[in-house]
Amino acid sequence: MSSSVTFVPEPERYEFSAGPMHHFELARRDFFKFLGAGIAVFAVAKKARAAQETAPTLGFHFEELPENITAWLHIGEDGNVTAFTGKVEIGQNIRTSLAQTVADELRVGFECVTMVTADTALTPFDFGTVGSRSMPTMSPQLRRVASAARDLLVDAAAKEWNVAADGLTAANGKVSDPATGRSLRYGELARGKTLAQNLPTEDPVTPPDKWTIAGKSIPKKDGRAFVTGEHQYTPDLRRTGMLYGKVLRPPSFGATLTMYDAQAAQAMPGVVVLRDGDFVAAAAGNERDAQKAVEAIRTEWKEVPQPSSEELFSYLKQNAKPGSDERSRHIKGSVENGLAAAAHRLDATYTVAFIAHAPLEPRAALAEWSAGKLTVWTGSQRPFAVRDELANAFHVPEGSVRVIVPDMGSAYGGKHTGDAALEAARLARAAGRPVKVVWTREEEFTWAYFRPAGVMEVKSGIAADGTLTAWEFHNYNSGMSAIETPYDVANQHIEFHSTECPLRSGSYRGLAATANFFARESHMDALARTAQIDSLEFRLKNLSDPRLRAIFEAAAKSFGWPRQKSKEGHGFGIAGGHEKGGYVATCAEVAVDRATGTVRVVQLTTAFECGAIVNPDGLRNQVIGANVQGLGGALFEAIAFENGRITNPHFASYRVPRFRDVPEVEAVLLDRKDIPSAGAGETPIMGVAPAISNAIFDATGTRLRDLPMTPNGILPAKVLSQ
Amino acid sequence: MAKPIGLEINGKRYAVQSAPETPLLYVLRDELGLTGTKYGCGEGQCGACTVLLGGAPRRSCQIPLSAAASRSITTIEGLEKDGHLHPVQQAFLDAGAFQCAYCTPGMILSSVGLLSTNPNPSSAEIIQTLQGNLCRCGTYPRILEAVQKAAKMMPGRAR
Repeated sequence: MSSSVTFVPEPERYEFSAGPMHHFELARRDFFKFLGAGIAVFAVAKKARAAQETAPTLGFHFEELPENITAWLHIGEDGNVTAFTGKVEIGQNIRTSLAQTVADELRVGFECVTMVTADTALTPFDFGTVGSRSMPTMSPQLRRVASAARDLLVDAAAKEWNVAADGLTAANGKVSDPATGRSLRYGELARGKTLAQNLPTEDPVTPPDKWTIAGKSIPKKDGRAFVTGEHQYTPDLRRTGMLYGKVLRPPSFGATLTMYDAQAAQAMPGVVVLRDGDFVAAAAGNERDAQKAVEAIRTEWKEVPQPSSEELFSYLKQNAKPGSDERSRHIKGSVENGLAAAAHRLDATYTVAFIAHAPLEPRAALAEWSAGKLTVWTGSQRPFAVRDELANAFHVPEGSVRVIVPDMGSAYGGKHTGDAALEAARLARAAGRPVKVVWTREEEFTWAYFRPAGVMEVKSGIAADGTLTAWEFHNYNSGMSAIETPYDVANQHIEFHSTECPLRSGSYRGLAATANFFARESHMDALARTAQIDSLEFRLKNLSDPRLRAIFEAAAKSFGWPRQKSKEGHGFGIAGGHEKGGYVATCAEVAVDRATGTVRVVQLTTAFECGAIVNPDGLRNQVIGANVQGLGGALFEAIAFENGRITNPHFASYRVPRFRDVPEVEAVLLDRKDIPSAGAGETPIMGVAPAISNAIFDATGTRLRDLPMTPNGILPAKVLSQ
Repeated sequence: MAKPIGLEINGKRYAVQSAPETPLLYVLRDELGLTGTKYGCGEGQCGACTVLLGGAPRRSCQIPLSAAASRSITTIEGLEKDGHLHPVQQAFLDAGAFQCAYCTPGMILSSVGLLSTNPNPSSAEIIQTLQGNLCRCGTYPRILEAVQKAAKMMPGRAR
């Protein structure tokens, strides 16, 4: 069946799109008016700097990723430091780790640093808080800015004392002259100044082995506001005269409106009803009245037939587009020859289902129009992209749109778009008042986008001694992240195939790496068993990457691999790989109960290395959280759909990990001070599913090649009948 | 205009005009501005909207306003006393038992409710109580640790 509803697939969209040109419109004097006098330093994109040689004003043009990522900071007369970044806090602790970076480089106390994040009117253009890029790209920018600011302060003190700058030291928020013992606090040095400077050169920054504030387990910034309920997420915001908006959703994806009668709704007091094309919505003084108004609108829709989750994987294969993305294609040697030379051949197909991010804070936005200008508070990982979406949708200049992202109730890659922002803004324009739209859980499960489902086909061969001779790997639809194999194989053919996708799909923590790790690492386990070699030993035999070897060995050591089976039904598995600059290996122990058909994950030990660690406690929290979240996609999460409808759009029918599902989780962190810090939000999730799958095989002798492995919490019949 | 309904929240009295069937969650958040209580699902499945009703943890999205009338309600805003965090709040803060923290108010109130009836719960009892509270960031191990810490901080506490 061919669907007439096709969604533009969004997997790894940030890898596909390029950022537009952007203006930052705050004038220099406004900047100091906003922050008060002091010293400011700006990191300007290299290409832009040439055009900006003369004036340290804020009329920057930003280029596309990665050069355009830039940052600035301000030191006020009170000595307080404000650093600006377009990054978004989504629970990954970036506000804390970036503040540590700034404090460390500037030599001030952590508590003196305030991070202003994700406000398109105040912070520099940023492509988005995506792809584990904040640490590797934003952290060095802020360090360079802070380093330059420190130089400015030292110069200011040198001028004040009429001495050479190179004899002075900066520490603890002041510049000191060791020769005389005198010192001046940063606030004193900034007093009366409105000094702004573009980042002059590639300033050397403090190497990780000299860090004093970075590298420490500093608690979450503003942590107190989160345990008191004081912190306001987008759904908690309120504006004077604000209405609550509700959208009338079509009965199925791609349905078009054929009849519309809003008389009854329009007759309700205080209700604003809106139709714009197929967009139908209402706003009222409270959420329940808005809901009642939407329910009172009569509509009829023309629906289109669509595939169901039952036929998903054959659909993906049948609707593969001709050709493949050449960036995904890795061809080396001859797979044909490699297979011919192999002592053992092993081919298999693996699948992963669509899954939902299900962030606990649903999509939400509060929009307000004032004199033709639009301000929107919304939970999005890409505030500047949302600003552009709004500017395009309402045909206004992007300078007339301001997007502000309060620290968010998580996202996991699920909040790259501005859906709720568009809805709130459209309603606010119609109502002439601020409107807040908060999606219901059912809307969140239905109208957001999903982690793409996929089919992975592997053909492989090994020599009699267990050396890999051939590796052919095709991924249909789920994406190309971590599609390569890290193992040494002379003959390889690796390819990603895009297909028509039956559901709206997009980024998810780790993107396709989870699917590609699952297929590859399950298959490696199967090959090890074919070769009758221990699964870890088999990997190391075919692996020369020293960082990956080290992380496998670290996980194995802590877990006690290989473990002897002590209990009936228990099994052990190992899996690993690298992606986005992070190296991960996970060992799992499972307990299979054949009588109930259930699997309990007893233990997960995940070793992770992402270069120099900025905040060990924050990193540990991320690694453990990723392991727990990874359990869901491994064991029971799957979106069910039929004919354009999601059939399990509730937490009661879409199972996510809860307290009882949680195993003993151990995070083993390797701190490589000789390697720049990479991001950590994604990669630690990737080894979980294959490690569990391999452990289930160890326990039962049956290989589960489809995620989730225990839909509805029960193992497939093929395992139980063994 | 409907007859006002009296509520006692965090020791203060309120009179609200909402319809009696309105879920308490919406009254707290939208009428009274007590937004520490979160909407997560509206179906009693996630625990983000947990409050204490007569001292017991309840899902405020499932309680009609009329059923909350004249009973003592505690929300996350009511736990801090004279600038001092409740031991459970302090334990969550000390353990770093959150990432995005959207589930935190509900987790804390469920835990406060548990410790008020069972001051020294086993791990299994804590897990049993918090089974209905979702943390999508997966910080469950730290939440367990925080509740255990809080229990230790609270011996002999007048309840």
